[in-house]
Amino acid sequence: MSERAVPVGGPIVTPAFRWLLLVCGVGVIMAAWRFLAGLGPVTALSDGYPWGIWIAFDVVVGTALGCGGYAMAILVYIFNKGKYHALVRPAVLTSALGYSLAAVAIVIDVGRYWNIWKLPFAWRWWNLSSALLEVALCVMAYVIVLWIEMSPVFLEQWKEGKTGLLRNLAVALSPILDKALLWILALGLLLPTMHQSSLGSVMLLAHQKLHPLWHTPLLPLLFLVSCIAMGYGVVVLESTLSSRAFKRRDETPMLASLGGVTSALLLAYVAIRLVDLALRGRVGLIFASGWLSFFFLLEMALFLVPAVMLLSPRWCTNAGNLFRAGMLVVLAGSLYRFTTYLIAFNPGPGWSYFPAVPEMLVTFGIVAFEIMVYIVLVKRFPILAGAPQGAAAR
Amino acid sequence: MAVDRRALLKGLTAAAAATAAAAPAVASRRRQAPPDAVGMLYDATLCIGCKTCVVACRKANNLEYEPHSSLWDDPVDLSGRTKNIIKLYHEGERTSYMKQQCMHCLDPGCVGACMMGSFQKRQHGIVTWKGERCIGCRYCAVACPYNIPKFEWDKAFPLVVKCEMCSHRIAEGGIPACCEVCPRYAVIYGRYTELLDEAKRRLTAEPKRYYPKIYGEHDGGGTQVLYLTAREVPFHKLGLPDLGEEPVPELVRTVQHGIYKGFIAPVVLYVALAAVMLRNRQKGGGHE
Repeated sequence: MSERAVPVGGPIVTPAFRWLLLVCGVGVIMAAWRFLAGLGPVTALSDGYPWGIWIAFDVVVGTALGCGGYAMAILVYIFNKGKYHALVRPAVLTSALGYSLAAVAIVIDVGRYWNIWKLPFAWRWWNLSSALLEVALCVMAYVIVLWIEMSPVFLEQWKEGKTGLLRNLAVALSPILDKALLWILALGLLLPTMHQSSLGSVMLLAHQKLHPLWHTPLLPLLFLVSCIAMGYGVVVLESTLSSRAFKRRDETPMLASLGGVTSALLLAYVAIRLVDLALRGRVGLIFASGWLSFFFLLEMALFLVPAVMLLSPRWCTNAGNLFRAGMLVVLAGSLYRFTTYLIAFNPGPGWSYFPAVPEMLVTFGIVAFEIMVYIVLVKRFPILAGAPQGAAAR
Repeated sequence: MAVDRRALLKGLTAAAAATAAAAPAVASRRRQAPPDAVGMLYDATLCIGCKTCVVACRKANNLEYEPHSSLWDDPVDLSGRTKNIIKLYHEGERTSYMKQQCMHCLDPGCVGACMMGSFQKRQHGIVTWKGERCIGCRYCAVACPYNIPKFEWDKAFPLVVKCEMCSHRIAEGGIPACCEVCPRYAVIYGRYTELLDEAKRRLTAEPKRYYPKIYGEHDGGGTQVLYLTAREVPFHKLGLPDLGEEPVPELVRTVQHGIYKGFIAPVVLYVALAAVMLRNRQKGGGHE
C-alpha cells in the first residue's frame, strides 16, 4: 500500500472521553443491579415480550453494524480490490468491538448466564435445528477470529517497542500468524455469512406472532443481503467521522466508489422483498396493516432513497452527501432488524413493551464503552491510514 | 399453504444458489404421538370454574402463592408461579371457562428453539425442562404459539417454569394433580390415543352440544392436551390460536436443513473462499 497505518497519538482523556466514561459508568451500575435483582426490576421485559432492546438493538442491530469488516473483506480479499486496503483495519476494529460488546449484552440479557460456557463444549446436547444455536456458536467463534484479524496491529506496535516480554511474543507470533492468516480470513468470511443469515432464520419460529409482512422463508436471505449493505454504510460513517475527529486524510473518493455495490445490494433487497410478498399474495397487506404499514413503507423508503443517491458517482464525491447516504443505509438495515424482532412482533392481546430507563442506560453504556475503546486503540495503535492533514507522517 | 410452500422452495433455491446447497422438497410431516404418549382432555362444557385444579397444581408443584390484591392467592395469568389457570370467557350471554397450561405439542416450538435441548419431549411425550442445559435465553417463549414457558423475572437466579404434566407424580404411578381433583371430570388424564377416541365419541354422541372440532388433534402438528368447547364458543374465543396443521418448527427446519444438510455447504463455501483468496494472493493482491 502507498501509506502505512500509523497511531493517531494525542491525549486519551479529553472532555468528550470523560462524558463517555460517565455514560459507561451509569451502564455498569444498572448492569450490576440487573445481576443482583434479576431482569424484572431493571427491564420492561415480560413473558409476552421476552426479548427487548438488549437483543433487538445490542445484539441483532449491533452485530449487523459490526459487518463493516465482513463487507470490506469481501471486496478486498474475494474481489481483489486492493485499493480499499486502507479501510480494512478500522472496519475490522469496529467489527471486533461491535461483536465483542454484543457478546457482553448477551451475558447481561440471558437469565441463566452461568450456563453459557457449556454452549461450545456440550456438543452432545446441541439442537442442530435451532437457528439460535448456530448464531451463538458462530458469534463466539467470530469474536475470536476478529481479534486474530486485528492482532497484526498489536504485533506491529509491540515489535517496535522496548518491553521485553511483549516484543519477544510479537516476534515469535508474527511468522505463525502470517502463515495462518489466510485461513482465518476465510473463516472471517464464512462465519458472518452463516450467522447473519441465521439471525433471520431465528424469527421463522415466531410464526404467527410475527406480522406476515415480515415473516417469510426468505428471512435469512434478506438479513444477509442487508447486513452487507449496512457494512459498507458503517465503513462510510466510521471513516468520515474519524477523518474529521482525528484530522486524518479525507477518504471520500475511495468511499464514493463503494456507492455502486452498496446501491446494488439495497436494490436487490427491495426487489427480493417485494417479489416475495407478491408471490405469496401479501401485497395487499402493505397498505392494510395499520401503523405497521407505516413501518413497512418507511423501511422501503430508507432502502430506496440511499440506493438512488448512491447510483450517481458524481453526487457521491461530496463528503456530506456520502455521509448522509451512509447514514440512511445504516438506518434502513437497523429499522428492518428492529421491526422484525420487536415492532412487528405481537405475542397477542394484553402484552406490551417499551424499554425501561435502566434498560436503555445499559445499552447507552455499552455503546459508550465501544466508542472509548475505539478512541484508545486508534490513538495508540497503527489502525488509521494516512498522514494527519497539514502535517507530515512521523 | 400450497402457495406458501411453492414460494418457500423458490426462496430456498435462491438461498441455495448462494450457499451451493440443494434444498430438499419436504412433504408435510404430521408428527405421530410417541407410543407411550399420555395426555389430558379438557371439556369446557363440563368445567364449573371452581379452580380446585389451580390450587392442587400449586400444591403438587410446590409453587409459591401469587397475591395480586389483598387476597393471598389470586393469579391472573400463567406465570413463573402459576403453571395452570382457569379463566372465564364471556361475551353477552355466552360464557365459558377455559383451562390453560402447557399443550405438550407433538412437535413443540420450544423444543425446536432450545439450543441445548433443555426443553425436550421426554417420557410419555411430556415436554420437560432441565435447568442444567438452560442459559435463560427465552427463545422458547418467543417460539411457543401458546405463550406457555414462563420466566422468573424477579429472581437473580431464575428458572423457566411451565406445566410438566406432573411427570414426577406419573413416575410414581400417580396422575396430574389437576385431573385428580376435578370434581366434574372436566379435565381427565389418560393415554393419548384413548383420550382422542373419547373426544371423538363425545362429538358424535352430542353434536348439538359441541363445536365440531377437537382442538389439538391436528393444530400446530397436534398436541397431547386436547380441548372440546361448546358449539357457540369457537376455540379462538378461548384464546387458542388458529395455527394450521403444520408443526411450528417445520418451516425453520426446512430452511436450516436445506442450507446446512450434512454441513456440506459451509465446508464447500469455506474451501471456495480460501481458494479464491489464495489465487488473489498469488496474483499479488492485498496482503496482510
